[in-house]
Amino acid sequence: MLQGWVVVATSFAYLGLLFAIAYYADRRADAGRSLIANPYIYALSLAVYATAWTFYGSVGRAASDGVGFLPIYIGPTLMIALWWVVMRKVLRISKEHRITSLADFIASRYGKSALLGGVVTVIAVIGIVPYISLQLKAVSNSFTIVLQYPAIVMPAKVGAVPVLQDTALWVALSLALFTILFGTRHLYSAEHHEGMVAAIAFESLVKLLAFVAVGVFVTYGVYGGFGDVFARAAADPELRPLLTPLEGVAGGYASWAWLTILSMLAIMFLPRQFQVTVIENTDEKHLNKAIWLFPLYMLVINLFVLPIAFGGRLHFPGGVVDADTFVLTIPMAERQELLALLVFVGGLSAATGMVIVETIALSTMVCNDLLMPVLLRMKSLRLNERTDLTGLLLGIRRGAILLILLLGYLYFRLAGEAYALVSIGLISFAAVAQFAPAALGGIFWKGGTRRGALAGLAAGFAIWSYTLLLPALARSGWLPIGLLEQGPFGIALLRPLQLFGLSGLDQITHAMLWSMIANLGAYVLVSLTGSQSAEEHRQASLFVDVFRRSPEAGGARFWRGTASATDLHNLLARFLGIAAADEAFRDYAQRKGLLWPAQALDADAEFVHHVETQLAGAIGASSARIMVASAVKEEALTLEEVRKIVDEASQVVMYSHRLEQKSRELEAASAELRAANEQLKELDRLKDDFLSTVTHELRTPLTSIRAFSEILARDPKVDLEQRRRFLGIIAKETERLTRLINQVLDLAKVESGRADWNESAVDLREVIDDTVGAMSQVFKERNVRLELQLPAKVPPVRGDLDRIIQVMLNLLSNAVKFCDPQHGRINVTLAEQGGALRVEVCDNGPGVAPGDEKIIFDKFVQAGDTLTDKPQGSGLGLYICRHIVEHHGGRIWVQRAPAGGACFAFTLPIERGAAETKTKRRRHDEESADR
Amino acid sequence: MHGFEKNSQRMVALCMLGCLLFNFPVLALFNVPATFLGVPVLYAYIFVAWGLLIALMAWVAEKRD
Repeated sequence: MLQGWVVVATSFAYLGLLFAIAYYADRRADAGRSLIANPYIYALSLAVYATAWTFYGSVGRAASDGVGFLPIYIGPTLMIALWWVVMRKVLRISKEHRITSLADFIASRYGKSALLGGVVTVIAVIGIVPYISLQLKAVSNSFTIVLQYPAIVMPAKVGAVPVLQDTALWVALSLALFTILFGTRHLYSAEHHEGMVAAIAFESLVKLLAFVAVGVFVTYGVYGGFGDVFARAAADPELRPLLTPLEGVAGGYASWAWLTILSMLAIMFLPRQFQVTVIENTDEKHLNKAIWLFPLYMLVINLFVLPIAFGGRLHFPGGVVDADTFVLTIPMAERQELLALLVFVGGLSAATGMVIVETIALSTMVCNDLLMPVLLRMKSLRLNERTDLTGLLLGIRRGAILLILLLGYLYFRLAGEAYALVSIGLISFAAVAQFAPAALGGIFWKGGTRRGALAGLAAGFAIWSYTLLLPALARSGWLPIGLLEQGPFGIALLRPLQLFGLSGLDQITHAMLWSMIANLGAYVLVSLTGSQSAEEHRQASLFVDVFRRSPEAGGARFWRGTASATDLHNLLARFLGIAAADEAFRDYAQRKGLLWPAQALDADAEFVHHVETQLAGAIGASSARIMVASAVKEEALTLEEVRKIVDEASQVVMYSHRLEQKSRELEAASAELRAANEQLKELDRLKDDFLSTVTHELRTPLTSIRAFSEILARDPKVDLEQRRRFLGIIAKETERLTRLINQVLDLAKVESGRADWNESAVDLREVIDDTVGAMSQVFKERNVRLELQLPAKVPPVRGDLDRIIQVMLNLLSNAVKFCDPQHGRINVTLAEQGGALRVEVCDNGPGVAPGDEKIIFDKFVQAGDTLTDKPQGSGLGLYICRHIVEHHGGRIWVQRAPAGGACFAFTLPIERGAAETKTKRRRHDEESADR
Repeated sequence: MHGFEKNSQRMVALCMLGCLLFNFPVLALFNVPATFLGVPVLYAYIFVAWGLLIALMAWVAEKRD
């Protein structure tokens, strides 16, 4: 099924399918339901990076170099991590200035310089031509090879053919036609090529699918999995060196590192990558997904490169089959016709995707940044008088596409056969890498000047031509080969491959090293020694500070002059068509709250700026500048004035930053105040609670004292026994009152931090003995059995003896109060534990209700239900205990005793010299601070 | 805006990590004639480290803070 007509029909059917997809996407876009406004499509469209180079060339490279093909994909992964910072900025700048291409971007940054835009365009076109020839070579080779089926014959063996019978020419022409039909059906201005992007995303899927299919087939169908392929390769003496390949390759790690850097720059500055990443981007947020999806795509498409490369070399020993064709020839040799056809279509999709986007990007550059500025300046053409230029613009773009593809074909005829696919592609990578200093420098360094950028580009490009392009032409026999071997005029120091005697590097590393030194050096040196014009200064500040100013405060502030709305409308209509001009006017009017054309628009600075940006979206910044300047009367601003505006702007920014900071501080202060207020309110509430509880507690004993003393005073006949009982009650209640008042006084002292603490070494054992002794009478009265578990000797703690006794007494009397009324039992234990002494007082009463363990140490909280039970204390004892224990750096808590009652425990740290007191003090300070 | 700044720093750090992982001398440590599950150690290392880096980038890029 691999007859010629089937292959041709399949190819055209595939191109037709692309057309259908593009058409559908364009229709969807017109209906306002964009297909490409979606991060997945965006990520897939970035995969236009994977061209025929990836599809066929990686295997070829891997077959001779092992991992040598990988930096081309690892580099972009590293760069994309930086995109979060770098690309976001480029995207924002490009949106605000309606950038139409890479040349437009660089020209716009350096004062909308038409010359710079032209230089960038020329470098891009010359630099990319080898890359396009690579695609033509890959497609025509794969076509030729498929046609020989079932024989496997290399295209070089088929023999040289006359131009008109050359497949590559027909491939070039069909691709040109296809791209013209595809990309220049109407003038897009800076709108997105929706149809193109959708088709590219689809192509990315097709090539991935085809490559993974052939990878799986070779790895698991022809061989027995990864292990098998590598084991067989290891057994082959020719392939064994490839298994640890970095020793073998010339330059080893240096070459690897330079390839990584080169591809880091390529992923940003290849015109087609700039097109899909920046110009076609619909939403900055899509970057978040693309940042990992696109590297993942590259990882997956490279997984099977090595098995195919080794499999191919094992399959076709002796080098009769070009390794660049293994992807296609292995399925053919295995008689897998359908798979071979799929591979052919995959390769076609990889090549067409690249060619379409690249030529559209380049043709936009040629039109907007090379031809239009020249044509508009040529007064003799009288372009200014033509009413509709859209046809001219489209014509230029179509011509440019055809021209670029024919240049690619020419290069293929001239130099294509001498190099492998990857080597051709790397020449282009090195060319676009020359844009890096001017472009990256331009968005982060305000000091870069137009002259600096021009000097850098010129120097870098000159070295590139001399060290890469010249040798390519010499090797193909178009220039004397002696030029490479002896150097021009026999000067060995100037040999293009060992410039200034630098040898031992591979060609790309050598060229990159010298061209980057020249480029960066010239850019920085000329920028630092020269000065900027007013326009440059303004654009530099707009680019570098893009995130620091509001969009509307942008370009408009820099314009002064007079214009008429009618002139501006005519201007727009000539380049965009009447409908688009009306649209632009209506948009602007709507933003201003006016109804155009019923209400006239004031042609002020902001409006002129709006028109210029709209125009820039169609014809590029430099051409737009020329056109607007011709349509309105403007006064040129001097450099001083621009500086002043820029400085004002940055001062405003500074003020607003300061204001923001002040308001943040204010907010923080008011939040603090609010918190303090809340705390005060809470304290107030607590004080009220406290007062009402204390008065309540005081009233209860007072009431009974008063009642009994009144009985005694009024009724003299009360018998002696009764009298004694009443007096006993009065005495007891008075005692309770005294205790309560003492506790309240104590509490006030402790809380205010004014309590006197007489610290000394305290023996806890003694304390326990003393307090138990003092309470022995009470234990006896209540019939409580006391068990002590005390070690013979414990280290002393540092503290206030009286206070610690107070804690002990409180815990013991609590235990007595709550323990079982009939068979009361209390256990007191003392133990040393982790640098502290622990005292436990356990009873066999009802215990503390679960959930109350924490609050029981709060003020006026009493165990049990206060509504039904008669309260048995003031509710202050435990609170004071907690204060005292915490003051000493210890902890107090309650747990369930093994016998079921409550078990109160506290710890006090063992005295350990000065350090200990310090902690205590600090704790105390913190507590006072809390209050 | 704060989270964005933080993520920018994370991404730059990841790029630096990648530069370290895929260069001399770390690469040289794996450039040995041995195999891991039948795959030469260098190849296995590059793909695993690469995948890991992508996973970290995904984590940072998709983080909401």
